[in-house]
Amino acid sequence: MKLILVKQYQLNLKKNKLKFSVIVTLKKDVLDPQGKVVQNTLINIGMNKLKSIRQGKHFEIDVEEEDASTAEKKVDEMCKKLLVNLIIEDYKIKKI
Amino acid sequence: MKSSVIVFPGSNCDRDIAVALKKMQFKNQMVWHKETKLPKSDLIVIPGGFSYGDYLRSGAIAGKSLIIEEVIKAAGSGCLILGICNGFQILTETGLLKGTLLRNKNLKFINRDVSIKVLNNSTQFTNKYKDDQILKINIAHNEGNYFTDQDHLNELKNENLIAFKYCDEKGNVNESSNPNGSLESIAGILNFRKNILGMMPHPERMVDEIISNKDGINLFSSLLN
Repeated sequence: MKLILVKQYQLNLKKNKLKFSVIVTLKKDVLDPQGKVVQNTLINIGMNKLKSIRQGKHFEIDVEEEDASTAEKKVDEMCKKLLVNLIIEDYKIKKI
Repeated sequence: MKSSVIVFPGSNCDRDIAVALKKMQFKNQMVWHKETKLPKSDLIVIPGGFSYGDYLRSGAIAGKSLIIEEVIKAAGSGCLILGICNGFQILTETGLLKGTLLRNKNLKFINRDVSIKVLNNSTQFTNKYKDDQILKINIAHNEGNYFTDQDHLNELKNENLIAFKYCDEKGNVNESSNPNGSLESIAGILNFRKNILGMMPHPERMVDEIISNKDGINLFSSLLN
Protein backbone atom coordinates (compact mmCIF):
# COMPACT_ATOMS: atom_id res chain seq x y z
CA MET A 1 0.00 0.00 0.00
CA LYS A 2 2.80 2.38 0.99
CA LEU A 3 4.66 1.60 -2.23
CA ILE A 4 1.61 2.49 -4.31
CA LEU A 5 1.26 5.79 -2.47
CA VAL A 6 4.93 6.63 -3.04
CA LYS A 7 4.61 5.80 -6.75
CA GLN A 8 1.46 7.92 -7.00
CA TYR A 9 3.32 10.77 -5.34
CA GLN A 10 6.19 10.46 -7.79
CA LEU A 11 3.77 10.44 -10.72
CA ASN A 12 2.13 13.57 -9.40
CA LEU A 13 5.48 15.25 -9.17
CA LYS A 14 6.10 14.44 -12.80
CA LYS A 15 2.82 16.06 -13.85
CA ASN A 16 3.36 19.48 -15.22
CA LYS A 17 1.88 22.34 -13.31
CA LEU A 18 1.35 25.12 -15.77
CA LYS A 19 0.83 28.65 -14.64
CA PHE A 20 -1.09 31.31 -16.51
CA SER A 21 -1.82 34.95 -16.03
CA VAL A 22 -5.15 36.36 -17.18
CA ILE A 23 -5.63 40.09 -17.51
CA VAL A 24 -9.19 41.36 -17.81
CA THR A 25 -9.85 44.92 -18.93
CA LEU A 26 -12.93 46.91 -19.83
CA LYS A 27 -13.48 47.24 -23.58
CA LYS A 28 -12.39 50.50 -25.17
CA ASP A 29 -15.85 52.03 -25.54
CA VAL A 30 -16.98 51.10 -22.03
CA LEU A 31 -16.72 53.89 -19.49
CA ASP A 32 -14.26 53.12 -16.69
CA PRO A 33 -15.16 55.53 -13.87
CA GLN A 34 -12.71 53.95 -11.40
CA GLY A 35 -9.83 54.30 -13.84
CA LYS A 36 -10.86 57.91 -14.41
CA VAL A 37 -10.75 58.73 -10.68
CA VAL A 38 -7.35 57.06 -10.33
CA GLN A 39 -6.13 59.02 -13.35
CA ASN A 40 -7.37 62.36 -11.99
CA THR A 41 -5.79 61.67 -8.59
CA LEU A 42 -2.42 60.89 -10.16
CA ILE A 43 -2.60 64.10 -12.20
CA ASN A 44 -3.50 66.00 -9.03
CA ILE A 45 -0.38 64.73 -7.28
CA GLY A 46 1.85 65.91 -10.07
CA MET A 47 1.97 63.14 -12.67
CA ASN A 48 1.50 65.62 -15.49
CA LYS A 49 2.73 63.33 -18.25
CA LEU A 50 0.00 60.78 -17.54
CA LYS A 51 -2.13 60.25 -20.62
CA SER A 52 -4.71 57.70 -19.58
CA ILE A 53 -5.39 54.85 -17.19
CA ARG A 54 -7.75 51.89 -17.52
CA GLN A 55 -8.30 49.73 -14.47
CA GLY A 56 -8.59 45.95 -14.80
CA LYS A 57 -8.34 42.62 -13.01
CA HIS A 58 -5.57 40.04 -12.85
CA PHE A 59 -5.90 36.30 -12.21
CA GLU A 60 -3.08 33.80 -11.65
CA ILE A 61 -4.14 30.28 -12.55
CA ASP A 62 -2.37 26.96 -12.00
CA VAL A 63 -3.51 24.13 -14.23
CA GLU A 64 -2.51 20.51 -13.75
CA GLU A 65 -1.93 19.50 -17.35
CA GLU A 66 0.98 18.06 -19.24
CA ASP A 67 0.31 19.81 -22.50
CA ALA A 68 0.56 23.59 -22.60
CA SER A 69 -1.95 24.12 -25.38
CA THR A 70 -4.59 21.92 -23.68
CA ALA A 71 -3.99 23.88 -20.48
CA GLU A 72 -4.38 27.18 -22.27
CA LYS A 73 -7.64 25.98 -23.82
CA LYS A 74 -8.90 25.19 -20.32
CA VAL A 75 -7.96 28.65 -19.08
CA ASP A 76 -9.72 30.15 -22.09
CA GLU A 77 -12.84 28.15 -21.18
CA MET A 78 -12.62 29.47 -17.60
CA CYS A 79 -12.50 33.02 -18.94
CA LYS A 80 -15.49 32.55 -21.22
CA LYS A 81 -17.61 30.71 -18.65
CA LEU A 82 -17.00 32.86 -15.57
CA LEU A 83 -14.00 35.14 -15.28
CA VAL A 84 -14.91 37.54 -18.07
CA ASN A 85 -18.11 39.31 -19.01
CA LEU A 86 -17.65 39.29 -22.77
CA ILE A 87 -20.15 42.10 -23.29
CA ILE A 88 -17.96 44.67 -21.57
CA GLU A 89 -14.57 43.06 -21.01
CA ASP A 90 -11.55 41.89 -23.03
CA TYR A 91 -8.97 39.41 -21.76
CA LYS A 92 -5.44 38.28 -22.45
CA ILE A 93 -3.95 34.93 -21.44
CA LYS A 94 -0.21 34.65 -20.89
CA LYS A 95 1.85 31.63 -19.81
CA ILE A 96 4.09 32.51 -16.89
CA MET B 1 -50.72 31.99 -8.12
CA LYS B 2 -47.66 30.09 -6.93
CA SER B 3 -44.36 31.89 -6.53
CA SER B 4 -40.82 30.93 -5.56
CA VAL B 5 -38.17 33.27 -4.22
CA ILE B 6 -34.59 32.08 -4.76
CA VAL B 7 -32.29 32.79 -1.81
CA PHE B 8 -28.51 33.11 -2.13
CA PRO B 9 -25.92 33.80 0.54
CA GLY B 10 -26.00 37.59 0.67
CA SER B 11 -29.58 38.07 -0.57
CA ASN B 12 -31.16 40.72 1.66
CA CYS B 13 -34.48 41.60 -0.01
CA ASP B 14 -35.76 38.02 -0.04
CA ARG B 15 -37.98 38.50 3.00
CA ASP B 16 -39.25 41.87 1.77
CA ILE B 17 -40.42 40.34 -1.50
CA ALA B 18 -41.93 37.40 0.41
CA VAL B 19 -43.95 39.85 2.54
CA ALA B 20 -45.15 41.70 -0.58
CA LEU B 21 -46.10 38.45 -2.34
CA LYS B 22 -47.96 37.18 0.72
CA LYS B 23 -49.81 40.47 1.03
CA MET B 24 -50.90 40.06 -2.59
CA GLN B 25 -52.16 36.49 -1.91
CA PHE B 26 -49.39 34.64 -3.75
CA LYS B 27 -48.64 31.16 -2.41
CA ASN B 28 -44.94 31.67 -1.92
CA GLN B 29 -42.04 29.36 -1.17
CA MET B 30 -38.43 30.26 -0.41
CA VAL B 31 -35.90 28.18 -2.38
CA TRP B 32 -32.25 27.88 -1.25
CA HIS B 33 -29.74 28.17 -4.10
CA LYS B 34 -28.35 24.66 -3.51
CA GLU B 35 -31.69 23.04 -4.31
CA THR B 36 -31.76 21.17 -7.59
CA LYS B 37 -35.54 21.15 -7.99
CA LEU B 38 -37.93 24.06 -8.12
CA PRO B 39 -41.39 23.78 -6.62
CA LYS B 40 -44.15 24.20 -9.21
CA SER B 41 -44.26 27.95 -9.76
CA ASP B 42 -46.02 30.46 -11.97
CA LEU B 43 -43.56 33.15 -10.91
CA ILE B 44 -39.92 32.92 -9.88
CA VAL B 45 -38.36 35.92 -8.15
CA ILE B 46 -34.63 36.55 -7.94
CA PRO B 47 -34.44 39.05 -5.08
CA GLY B 48 -32.14 41.98 -4.38
CA GLY B 49 -29.09 41.94 -2.17
CA PHE B 50 -25.40 41.28 -2.49
CA SER B 51 -25.18 37.61 -3.45
CA TYR B 52 -21.71 36.28 -2.69
CA GLY B 53 -20.64 39.76 -1.59
CA ASP B 54 -20.62 40.91 -5.23
CA TYR B 55 -17.36 38.94 -5.69
CA LEU B 56 -15.93 38.93 -9.24
CA ARG B 57 -18.89 40.90 -10.65
CA SER B 58 -22.33 41.56 -9.16
CA GLY B 59 -24.40 38.43 -9.73
CA ALA B 60 -21.60 36.48 -11.46
CA ILE B 61 -21.25 33.71 -8.85
CA ALA B 62 -24.99 33.39 -8.15
CA GLY B 63 -25.50 33.14 -11.91
CA LYS B 64 -23.64 29.81 -11.87
CA SER B 65 -25.44 28.23 -8.88
CA LEU B 66 -27.24 24.89 -9.01
CA ILE B 67 -30.78 26.23 -8.90
CA ILE B 68 -30.13 28.62 -11.79
CA GLU B 69 -30.14 25.71 -14.26
CA GLU B 70 -33.70 24.99 -13.15
CA VAL B 71 -34.63 28.67 -13.44
CA ILE B 72 -33.29 28.72 -17.01
CA LYS B 73 -35.35 25.59 -17.83
CA ALA B 74 -38.48 27.16 -16.29
CA ALA B 75 -37.89 30.39 -18.23
CA GLY B 76 -37.67 28.34 -21.42
CA SER B 77 -41.05 26.81 -20.73
CA GLY B 78 -42.63 30.24 -20.27
CA CYS B 79 -42.60 30.65 -16.47
CA LEU B 80 -42.63 34.30 -15.37
CA ILE B 81 -39.32 35.46 -13.93
CA LEU B 82 -38.81 38.70 -12.03
CA GLY B 83 -35.31 39.89 -11.11
CA ILE B 84 -35.04 42.91 -8.86
CA CYS B 85 -31.79 44.83 -8.34
CA ASN B 86 -29.16 42.11 -7.69
CA GLY B 87 -31.75 39.77 -9.25
CA PHE B 88 -31.55 41.82 -12.46
CA GLN B 89 -27.74 41.60 -12.33
CA ILE B 90 -27.97 37.82 -11.85
CA LEU B 91 -30.37 37.47 -14.81
CA THR B 92 -27.91 39.29 -17.09
CA GLU B 93 -25.06 37.08 -15.85
CA THR B 94 -27.06 33.94 -16.67
CA GLY B 95 -27.80 35.28 -20.13
CA LEU B 96 -31.59 35.19 -19.58
CA LEU B 97 -31.51 38.94 -20.14
CA LYS B 98 -29.02 40.55 -22.49
CA GLY B 99 -26.70 43.40 -21.56
CA THR B 100 -25.05 44.07 -18.25
CA LEU B 101 -25.07 46.45 -15.27
CA LEU B 102 -21.99 48.61 -14.83
CA ARG B 103 -20.88 50.65 -11.85
CA ASN B 104 -22.96 53.80 -11.30
CA LYS B 105 -21.54 56.68 -13.29
CA ASN B 106 -20.87 58.77 -10.16
CA LEU B 107 -19.20 55.78 -8.42
CA LYS B 108 -21.57 56.14 -5.48
CA PHE B 109 -23.98 53.71 -3.94
CA ILE B 110 -27.37 55.35 -4.51
CA ASN B 111 -30.20 54.75 -2.08
CA ARG B 112 -33.18 57.02 -2.65
CA ASP B 113 -36.67 57.17 -4.09
CA VAL B 114 -36.64 58.02 -7.80
CA SER B 115 -39.31 58.54 -10.42
CA ILE B 116 -39.69 55.95 -13.15
CA LYS B 117 -42.01 55.88 -16.13
CA VAL B 118 -43.96 52.86 -17.38
CA LEU B 119 -43.04 52.52 -21.05
CA ASN B 120 -44.83 49.30 -21.84
CA ASN B 121 -48.06 48.57 -19.96
CA SER B 122 -49.14 45.61 -22.06
CA THR B 123 -47.00 43.00 -20.34
CA GLN B 124 -47.78 40.42 -17.67
CA PHE B 125 -45.80 42.55 -15.23
CA THR B 126 -47.24 45.98 -15.99
CA ASN B 127 -50.82 45.62 -17.28
CA LYS B 128 -52.36 47.29 -14.21
CA TYR B 129 -50.34 50.46 -14.76
CA LYS B 130 -51.37 53.22 -17.13
CA ASP B 131 -49.25 54.00 -20.16
CA ASP B 132 -46.53 56.54 -19.26
CA GLN B 133 -47.58 56.36 -15.59
CA ILE B 134 -44.97 57.85 -13.28
CA LEU B 135 -44.09 55.86 -10.17
CA LYS B 136 -41.99 56.78 -7.18
CA ILE B 137 -39.85 53.77 -6.35
CA ASN B 138 -36.78 53.20 -4.23
CA ILE B 139 -33.44 52.32 -5.78
CA ALA B 140 -30.48 51.04 -3.76
CA HIS B 141 -27.51 49.94 -5.81
CA ASN B 142 -23.90 50.45 -6.76
CA GLU B 143 -24.08 48.80 -10.19
CA GLY B 144 -27.25 49.91 -11.91
CA ASN B 145 -25.81 51.53 -14.99
CA TYR B 146 -27.39 49.39 -17.73
CA PHE B 147 -25.28 48.83 -20.83
CA THR B 148 -25.81 46.80 -23.97
CA ASP B 149 -24.67 46.73 -27.60
CA GLN B 150 -26.30 48.75 -30.36
CA ASP B 151 -28.05 45.76 -31.97
CA HIS B 152 -29.69 44.79 -28.70
CA LEU B 153 -30.61 48.40 -27.94
CA ASN B 154 -32.37 48.55 -31.31
CA GLU B 155 -34.19 45.32 -30.47
CA LEU B 156 -35.25 46.73 -27.09
CA LYS B 157 -36.72 49.78 -28.79
CA ASN B 158 -38.28 48.08 -31.81
CA GLU B 159 -39.88 45.26 -29.83
CA ASN B 160 -41.03 47.53 -26.99
CA LEU B 161 -38.92 45.67 -24.43
CA ILE B 162 -38.03 48.64 -22.25
CA ALA B 163 -40.45 48.33 -19.33
CA PHE B 164 -39.32 51.32 -17.25
CA LYS B 165 -37.15 54.40 -17.68
CA TYR B 166 -35.85 56.81 -15.05
CA CYS B 167 -37.51 60.22 -15.30
CA ASP B 168 -38.19 63.34 -13.24
CA GLU B 169 -41.43 63.94 -11.33
CA LYS B 170 -43.09 65.32 -14.44
CA GLY B 171 -42.03 62.38 -16.55
CA ASN B 172 -39.19 64.01 -18.47
CA VAL B 173 -36.47 61.56 -19.39
CA ASN B 174 -33.10 63.30 -19.57
CA GLU B 175 -29.58 63.20 -18.22
CA SER B 176 -30.41 65.00 -14.99
CA SER B 177 -33.20 62.52 -14.19
CA ASN B 178 -30.92 59.56 -14.82
CA PRO B 179 -29.46 58.58 -11.42
CA ASN B 180 -26.80 56.09 -12.49
CA GLY B 181 -25.80 56.81 -16.09
CA SER B 182 -27.90 53.94 -17.45
CA LEU B 183 -28.08 53.68 -21.26
CA GLU B 184 -31.18 55.57 -22.50
CA SER B 185 -32.19 55.95 -18.81
CA ILE B 186 -33.25 52.28 -18.77
CA ALA B 187 -34.52 51.11 -15.37
CA GLY B 188 -36.04 47.77 -16.39
CA ILE B 189 -36.13 45.52 -19.46
CA LEU B 190 -37.96 42.46 -20.74
CA ASN B 191 -36.68 39.54 -22.76
CA PHE B 192 -37.93 39.04 -26.32
CA ARG B 193 -40.67 36.64 -25.15
CA LYS B 194 -41.69 39.13 -22.43
CA ASN B 195 -41.84 36.49 -19.66
CA ILE B 196 -38.74 37.81 -17.91
CA LEU B 197 -38.47 41.25 -16.33
CA GLY B 198 -35.28 42.64 -14.79
CA MET B 199 -35.41 45.97 -12.99
CA MET B 200 -33.15 47.96 -10.68
CA PRO B 201 -35.92 49.75 -8.67
CA HIS B 202 -37.53 47.87 -5.76
CA PRO B 203 -41.32 47.51 -6.21
CA GLU B 204 -41.49 45.23 -3.14
CA ARG B 205 -40.51 48.22 -0.98
CA MET B 206 -43.52 50.19 -2.21
CA VAL B 207 -46.50 48.13 -1.12
CA ASP B 208 -47.47 49.85 2.13
CA GLU B 209 -48.40 53.47 2.86
CA ILE B 210 -47.04 53.21 6.39
CA ILE B 211 -43.43 52.80 5.27
CA SER B 212 -43.45 54.26 1.74
CA ASN B 213 -46.20 54.32 -0.88
CA LYS B 214 -48.18 51.82 -2.89
CA ASP B 215 -46.65 52.43 -6.32
CA GLY B 216 -45.23 48.90 -6.46
CA ILE B 217 -48.52 47.11 -5.81
CA ASN B 218 -49.72 47.14 -9.38
CA LEU B 219 -46.73 45.17 -10.52
CA PHE B 220 -47.92 42.29 -8.35
CA SER B 221 -51.60 42.75 -9.21
CA SER B 222 -50.62 42.76 -12.91
CA LEU B 223 -49.08 39.33 -12.40
CA LEU B 224 -52.31 38.09 -10.82
CA ASN B 225 -54.39 39.52 -13.64
